[in-house]
Amino acid sequence: MTPMNRRLFPVLAGLSAFFLMTAPIVIIRAPYESTMGLVQKIFYFHFPAWMAMFLAVFVLGIASVQYLFRGKAAADRLAVAAAELAVVFGLMGLITGPLWGIKAWGVWWQWDARLTMAVILELILVAYLLLRQYGGAGSDRLAAGVGIFAMANVPFLYVSTEIWRTVHPRTSVVPTLPVDFGLPLWWSFAGFIVLCMALLAARAKLEEQRAALDRLYLALEED
Amino acid sequence: MGILRLGGASRRAASRWGVLRVLALGLVVGAAAGMAVAEAAQPATTAAQDGFVPMGDIPPEDQMPAAPLVAAAYAAVWAIAVGYLWTIWQRLGTVEAELADVARRVGDRDGA
Repeated sequence: MTPMNRRLFPVLAGLSAFFLMTAPIVIIRAPYESTMGLVQKIFYFHFPAWMAMFLAVFVLGIASVQYLFRGKAAADRLAVAAAELAVVFGLMGLITGPLWGIKAWGVWWQWDARLTMAVILELILVAYLLLRQYGGAGSDRLAAGVGIFAMANVPFLYVSTEIWRTVHPRTSVVPTLPVDFGLPLWWSFAGFIVLCMALLAARAKLEEQRAALDRLYLALEED
Repeated sequence: MGILRLGGASRRAASRWGVLRVLALGLVVGAAAGMAVAEAAQPATTAAQDGFVPMGDIPPEDQMPAAPLVAAAYAAVWAIAVGYLWTIWQRLGTVEAELADVARRVGDRDGA
């Protein structure tokens, strides 16, 4: 871990803890949505979880480009960390979504474009991690290609509710939110984004330590 | 005619390739049909899709069933975040212990 990261993690972890521990208070004070009632409050964790996942996927994609075209080992380590985080935040979205859907739609799951593409993106990210774990020599470059492919999916996933209209709320919901809904959402959003950055710093440190360990083993074997 | 000129092994390979192509085509057609059926079976809903509108209070019959779902969603998010952080610390502890051990061995070797 670089000295900057070492100082950065406690600050980010503290900030995210502050936002996320106070978020329920802000969310409780928000009004109920007229058609969904209480269950709509899942939205305040569901949407930020997906946004944190998208952030992690963009970090993965950009780091993969850096590694593929410039050969930066540090970018490869960041990509692995970001991929794992994207899976974690995607899992949050995939769990909170059905809990919201069963009350709002009457079904746990709907194979519409948005939900199906979300599952596919999660599977692509799991494929990336499996490739890194079991792919053997050269899998890092192949995985970088998968990482770029995952990033390319995000814009399609985001606009999917506009192209294929189903029961899922449109993307226009968030920009047109009344202030009473917007405050808890952006409060929670800040908490998730900062949490994502804190976890990324911690996970990247793990990759750096593993790289240092590999270097030491190589030094040991040289003689 | 081209296949007739191939040897036995090549014919078998060409035949396998043909079977694979048929299987791939079947998979694509099946997936397309499945998605069409799924899209046709959208549930009817009154839930907002174009924008959220606030209201003063929720109906009494709506309060109890939704509460466990909201609690479960929030608990799941917290459990995943804390659990993941815990796995990072566990893995970091293991790697750092191994790092210290190998560094000591390298130091011992260089000192000897």
